[in-house]
Amino acid sequence: MPSPSRTSMLETMMLIRAHEEKLATIAGQAPGTCTAVGQEAAAVGAVMALQPRDRILTNHRSAGHLLARGADPGRLMAEVMGRATGYCKGKSGSLHVSARELGVVLTSTIVGGELSLATGVALAQKMGGAGTEPGGITTVFFGDGAACEGIFHEALNLAVTWQLPVLYICENNQWQAFVRRDETMPHEHVRPWAEGHGLPSLTVDGNDVETVHAATLAAAEQVRRTGKPYFLELNTYRARGHFEPDDQSYVPPAELARWKARDPITLQRDRLLASGQLGHGEYAHIEQRVAALVEAAFSFAQTSPWPDLRELTTDVYA
Amino acid sequence: MQTISVSDAVSQALAEEMRRDPRVMMFGEGVATKRGDLLTEFGPQRVRNTPLAEGIIAGTAAGAAAMGLRPVIDLLFAPFLSLAMDGIMNSAGKLRFLSGGQFEFPMVVMTMTGAGWGVGAQHNHNLEAMFVHAPGLKVVMPSSTADFKGLLKSAIRDNNPVLFFMDLALAHTPGPVPEGEHVVPLGQAAVLKPGHDVTLVSYAKTVGSCLQAAEQLAAHGVDAEVIDLRTLKPLDEATILRSVRKTGRLVVVHEAAAPCGVGAEVAAIVSERAFGALKAPIKRVTGPDAPAASSWVLEQAGVPQAETVVKAALGLMAETDTLVV
Repeated sequence: MPSPSRTSMLETMMLIRAHEEKLATIAGQAPGTCTAVGQEAAAVGAVMALQPRDRILTNHRSAGHLLARGADPGRLMAEVMGRATGYCKGKSGSLHVSARELGVVLTSTIVGGELSLATGVALAQKMGGAGTEPGGITTVFFGDGAACEGIFHEALNLAVTWQLPVLYICENNQWQAFVRRDETMPHEHVRPWAEGHGLPSLTVDGNDVETVHAATLAAAEQVRRTGKPYFLELNTYRARGHFEPDDQSYVPPAELARWKARDPITLQRDRLLASGQLGHGEYAHIEQRVAALVEAAFSFAQTSPWPDLRELTTDVYA
Repeated sequence: MQTISVSDAVSQALAEEMRRDPRVMMFGEGVATKRGDLLTEFGPQRVRNTPLAEGIIAGTAAGAAAMGLRPVIDLLFAPFLSLAMDGIMNSAGKLRFLSGGQFEFPMVVMTMTGAGWGVGAQHNHNLEAMFVHAPGLKVVMPSSTADFKGLLKSAIRDNNPVLFFMDLALAHTPGPVPEGEHVVPLGQAAVLKPGHDVTLVSYAKTVGSCLQAAEQLAAHGVDAEVIDLRTLKPLDEATILRSVRKTGRLVVVHEAAAPCGVGAEVAAIVSERAFGALKAPIKRVTGPDAPAASSWVLEQAGVPQAETVVKAALGLMAETDTLVV
């Protein structure tokens, strides 16, 4: 699989940012939206290091993972807005978007739910289940909040014991809903818990997309080669509130400013501009392209039909 | 016809289905330890012990089911399901709908419950109605040895998550089971004894109480019809309604407590759709709304007995007479 270009990683991050900021401005039409603004490098660096045969599980902050995997922004926005053209026919809304055709499966908004389901997906991969592809691994995205759930420990323990091909990617974004991470855990990082369960593990700068990409490539390769789990912690920051709208009055301004100074998109943009790999003109073109894509997505979603009311009771039983 | 225990009937169903379909696998607390025959025949990949961690057992089953396996999990005792609710109710029960039909969850959750072993309320809690209330799930609770086998086979073949509740008082009960392939479809109640005067609806161990009650009622000149629901969801409404329209009287009997229980649902369906046929109020005979005690005397006192069912049925007959007068 060819490595994505440094510029394409930047452009995908910009698309995710523009997509989520658009959703934040239409919160009334996009109920339940939980963004991962500020965490774009984690999503893009990690997802772009995976292969089509891999399966991805995400959570309520899924837009970055989905768009990095190639999701159509229009269908994604339509889903968030509850329209029939969405990936889940509008039944998911923002919080549990799955796109099986992209290998993004079983999205759960129950914090930690994705961790338990990932164990089963990896078991199916190991046993050749029809919903999997040979050589594929399971990658599951979750946060420091999920790591405080009991199921985190149950999942890691079983994946180690059964030797399942799971790449755990913890986006440690410093906030658990409305609670600071340092109020809920005794240490800075989740990694010591993973180490305690016997997983090989690594913590990297989650705001540097190239660092995340390189770390994920190496981690995924190790999971694929050994068939055993690996734990990758991406140190990052949730720059917006828990959900939209949220004035973040509970966030210390100095903390927010400190992290915004390390914005992942600015970091990558400045790096490419400084190295001469990206010109100011090209950057402006990317900005325009991304803005046009998001506007087209919104327009598609807004003009899409609502679900037929008969959908109220379809898809309940197979 | 073979005469075997419920435990053997369950083992037969599991072995036959694992033989028939290589996607069927089993894991849970002590599964590989207690089911040595399955382990020997199907190997350690398909028959697995797990940690005593119900949350991850259920979540793993849901994830594996969605990706093409057909897991059967053993969560031992029904109260332990409280630790597995996310995987069962939020994931397996809801993610088919929430994903717009992208996934299905062919999995079976086996668990034991009911009075009989004096193990107390944290091992004995008839909470089957909680799962009837959760969309996307099916709920089965057999009463006869043959049904344990036939319904379990259907549950394993079903493409939905099925809760398979085993009344532990019946675990060692020998009973006739047809030789060879024996499959009982989900969603079909059984009329175990036809009758014209009163309908006794039950499931699991209290079906036995109802059959005994029907015999005693016959001595009083009352002809009772006994229905074993077998599947609590989907509920065989047609069989219940047909019977009540004939008899005009209904007693619903179960060991689980009354509030929002299966009896409440059956009573509501009948009053909504067969009210005109009723000759007397609907009566429920249930266990108490209290945790199950360990003490044998107290535990057994919580189980509806034939005598109570007889009394309830005779009460309805008398009430009808009063109404007629």
